[in-house]
Amino acid sequence: MNIAIALPEIFLTIAICLSLLIEPFLPTDKRRLISYLLIQTCLIITTLLVINTFPADKAWGLNNLYVRDDLGSLLKISILLVTMLAFVYARQYLQEKGLWKNEFFILILFSVLGMLVIASANHLLLIYLGLELLALALYALVAFSRDDSRATEAAMKYFVLGAIASGMLLYGISILYGITRGQLELSAIASYLSTQEVLNNIPLLFALVFIVGGIAFKFGTVPFHMWAPDVYQGAPTAVTLFLASVPKLAAFAMLMRVLGESLGAAQSGWSQLLLVMGLLSVTVGNLLAIAQFNLKRMFAYSTIAHMGFVLLAAMTGTLEGYSAGLFYTIIYALTSVGSFAILILLSHQGLDAETLNDLKGLNERHPWYAFLMLLLLFSMAGIPPMVGFYAKFSVIQAMLNTGYLWPAVFVVLMSVVGEFYYLRAIKMMYFDQPEKHPPQITYPMDFQIALTANGLLVLFLGLLPTGLIELCTQALVASLP
Amino acid sequence: MFQQLVFYLFTGVLIISAIGVVTVRNPIYAALCLILAFFSSSAIWLLSGAEFLGIVLVLVYVGAVMVLFLFVIMLLDLNLDLLKEGFIRYLPIGLGAAFIVTLEMILVLNMPAFKISQPLASLPANNTEALGKILYTDYAYPFEIAAVILLLAIVAAIVLTLRRRTDTKLQNISEQIQVSRHDRLRLIKMQAEK
Repeated sequence: MNIAIALPEIFLTIAICLSLLIEPFLPTDKRRLISYLLIQTCLIITTLLVINTFPADKAWGLNNLYVRDDLGSLLKISILLVTMLAFVYARQYLQEKGLWKNEFFILILFSVLGMLVIASANHLLLIYLGLELLALALYALVAFSRDDSRATEAAMKYFVLGAIASGMLLYGISILYGITRGQLELSAIASYLSTQEVLNNIPLLFALVFIVGGIAFKFGTVPFHMWAPDVYQGAPTAVTLFLASVPKLAAFAMLMRVLGESLGAAQSGWSQLLLVMGLLSVTVGNLLAIAQFNLKRMFAYSTIAHMGFVLLAAMTGTLEGYSAGLFYTIIYALTSVGSFAILILLSHQGLDAETLNDLKGLNERHPWYAFLMLLLLFSMAGIPPMVGFYAKFSVIQAMLNTGYLWPAVFVVLMSVVGEFYYLRAIKMMYFDQPEKHPPQITYPMDFQIALTANGLLVLFLGLLPTGLIELCTQALVASLP
Repeated sequence: MFQQLVFYLFTGVLIISAIGVVTVRNPIYAALCLILAFFSSSAIWLLSGAEFLGIVLVLVYVGAVMVLFLFVIMLLDLNLDLLKEGFIRYLPIGLGAAFIVTLEMILVLNMPAFKISQPLASLPANNTEALGKILYTDYAYPFEIAAVILLLAIVAAIVLTLRRRTDTKLQNISEQIQVSRHDRLRLIKMQAEK
């Protein structure tokens, strides 16, 4: 069985149960703060447990249902670190909105557990269970501010569309189960596929379409992107902050486990699907983001465009492409969590900062935060020397090396279109006068330090990107068969 | 012989109660008919040696789902007569749909994959035990994750529905006892009236 291999997941599960039990017995006046600190400590310990086995040989456990490899560990570390950042950013916002309950953190821990399960799943059953754990927690989180009708509406939309996507994924899995004669283990499916002629195997292609659809929903790429803008806008900003960043890492884990590892032999089948979806996402995301006046919706469309890049990177089916996709996803999660933190920073007295107008004159009020936002937006737009440039660059390089010349040219053009709305936001921060004078923002020390570190990290990784790129490549070399 | 007799008895009850579900006017009777149908089909499962499925059908559907159904019917006080008004009018379409479904099922069930005369694996003596063995050993990990999903569902449901009502007149006795003079009385210095 080798149970000890799943130590991080086991620890996190126990921590969730304990914090549910301990919280009611804490002294009332300090209950929230103590349980928040306990939960952050749990995340740190879980991260240390993962790091403890980071560069390690590939190992299987729990009756071959669990796999521990460098790809999974790297994704887990990023998931846990970005979640910690998200908690730091969310605290003050929750306090001001009267939403600071222990359950907020517990629900996020549940979804983090689901993501860890996906990241080290070696069986389609676990991919599905992890996905459900992740998704159910997110539905509840979106509706967390339950007296807000927009949040409830967003949660309903997310729930219904998410259930359909889960159904599609399950349908694809069930067809795969049939054609492989009862195999759900990823390596067993891979060995079955290696004997097949993919493009002539109609049932296999049929299954692929549904599985890719289910995965694309998690990424929120066209044509499965409909939920993103409404959910981003309706959910409380603290939830959007988490929703927009961390689950994309889990979606990438799912993509790598299901398509990269187990259906790797069927690459000729799914690469066309990913190519079309990626190009559509980059187009739709960038063009529609221009028309958005609401910042959250703008970021939602920009997410769609970014996830298009990840699909295009994975589409190549080469080690270089996978590595570029992994790098892109990690950078995206880091950047988007930072930019939503600025939105949290701008919201005041229970009112969310939502429109572009709220950015006006940020430089006059808070030059340092305006500078950090500048770094983050430059990184999203892909302007050197920010790290976003290297992320885009490596994706396009991987595409060119596999012979996708025209799609690469098209993507570059669309990125140029995308520059517009990032630069418009920057222009508003630096050159426009604020319309009204909101009160001075005072945020706790941990928030300021985390945000500064986050913004500077984007610059630092942009100046010295090779370390992280090497790490991604090595993790994939060690993990892929 | 005796087994066949019991089988026909339960099948008969099953068919009659299933017809009852859609024809009875009172929704409570319909729900009770459905419970009877579940019981009869679980008996048929028991007869064919699938005792786990039989038990689960009674526990889950009769024990939980149907009780919830009855609650909903009683709480909402639905007038299903209105819903049933067009019964005769919709009957031809319903029969047509039923006919097509039957035809499709015959076609599907006649496929070679379903024509298994010999069981693929030897039948376990006790299939609850066999299921338990595989569930708690080979598949212990997914089983635990499923349990975590249920825990999450409980937490999420409570988060989304539990609300402290401020308008109730519920007494908090310990609070009432611990009340002190400072909470209720305010001493104000003022000039004496002349």
